[in-house]
Amino acid sequence: MLANNGIIILFSLLIALVASIMPMPLKVDAFRPDWVLIVLLYWSLALPNRVSVLTAWVMGLLLDVLLGSVLGVHAAAMAISVYISAVNFQKIRNFSVWQQSLIVGVIAALYHLLVFWMQRMLTDIVFLPSYLYPVVTAMVIWPWVFLLLRKVRRHFKIS
Amino acid sequence: MNPIFKHGPSAQHRLVIVLMLSGLLVFFDHKMASFEGVRGYLQSVVSPLQYIANTPKQMTIWAAENLVTRKTLMEDNQALKANELLLKEQLIELEIVKQENERLRSLLASPLRSEHKKMVAEILSVDSDPYSHQIVINRGANDGVYEGQPVLDENGIVGQILHVGTTTSRVILITDLSHAVPVRVMRNGTRLIASGAGRVERLSHTHVSHSADIQSGDLLVTSGLGGKYPEGYPVSTVILVRKDESRPFAQVLSKPVADIDKLRYLLLLWPSKPSSMFAPKPQTRPIQEKNNASQ
Repeated sequence: MLANNGIIILFSLLIALVASIMPMPLKVDAFRPDWVLIVLLYWSLALPNRVSVLTAWVMGLLLDVLLGSVLGVHAAAMAISVYISAVNFQKIRNFSVWQQSLIVGVIAALYHLLVFWMQRMLTDIVFLPSYLYPVVTAMVIWPWVFLLLRKVRRHFKIS
Repeated sequence: MNPIFKHGPSAQHRLVIVLMLSGLLVFFDHKMASFEGVRGYLQSVVSPLQYIANTPKQMTIWAAENLVTRKTLMEDNQALKANELLLKEQLIELEIVKQENERLRSLLASPLRSEHKKMVAEILSVDSDPYSHQIVINRGANDGVYEGQPVLDENGIVGQILHVGTTTSRVILITDLSHAVPVRVMRNGTRLIASGAGRVERLSHTHVSHSADIQSGDLLVTSGLGGKYPEGYPVSTVILVRKDESRPFAQVLSKPVADIDKLRYLLLLWPSKPSSMFAPKPQTRPIQEKNNASQ
């Protein structure tokens, strides 16, 4: 994973982890996009042979530790979401950025529902529509993340 | 680097393996609670990330504290001085009451209340997972923090320690869905359980009988019955009492007195012994030691 400037991939994932635990005002916090999922989706589309299910699972596990949820919940949801994009990378790559952002929205919604269902089985939480606000932000933010990370990938010649 | 000839197991196999691993983790972490030690270790491993994530906020706070005008500083200083005078007067009164209370308690042969050891902690990060209410503080096993330790702010009970790392630890708030505090009504001593409702401004009370004497506006304080929280600290104020006779129990809701969504500095308590009134009575100690404890 670390060959061919793979350290940059790791670095981008670490920044995403920090961004997803950074303290924010409560109003903004509800709209915080899933940085880790978005960055993982980009790398799994660009380099599916390097970043896929296993990386996603490890990042999900770190997220579990950072967020204090039951170990394995975010890990499983992240692995499933990234599996979908990694298996269909050839199709998704051919879409325009705006169509991709729709797909990212669907995957982010699936991720949130998976996390919700698993938490629901473990504790008796109730569903609030605000749990799906990050899906909207993820869709809006995808084109910019995509362009930025593509630039990073080309600049450092990560392959 | 050739996507046509892949190495290692296929994506499907990886997914299955990884999902089975997650299932095992969930089982051992949630059902068996056998991962407490591992969690503490993992918490220490990720604490650099938490410190990094906290720096922007720390810097804005630093800037806000350093870039104030002389006028506001002087105004603050005056307000604080006036406040200090009031507090000092109350402290003198408190000392007298404390001594009197101790004398009465020794007359009644009840166990003496000793001073708790206290430590100030600062919040590092607020959990962004909407399903649970937790925060991370900058004190860990190095400072003597232990699991289940009560955490307060200046208004009242905030929560208790959930996982302990080396330099950081995780606090579960009283508003978390899986958390409950034994409380009593300050006015008359009616016992209740305050359980979290998953919302920062709400605690719910289950199994309250219709005949219980509770009014909206009542202050609820810890009863010390669970043995986790020391007795008598404020928890919440009742905001709604609905006694609908068609339901088996009265519906009671309360609002935490601590500003759960605006926390910054917290207080950690080290209760020196089981703090419940109903805890086993400690052995009688010689008078000398009692005097030492009261100082």
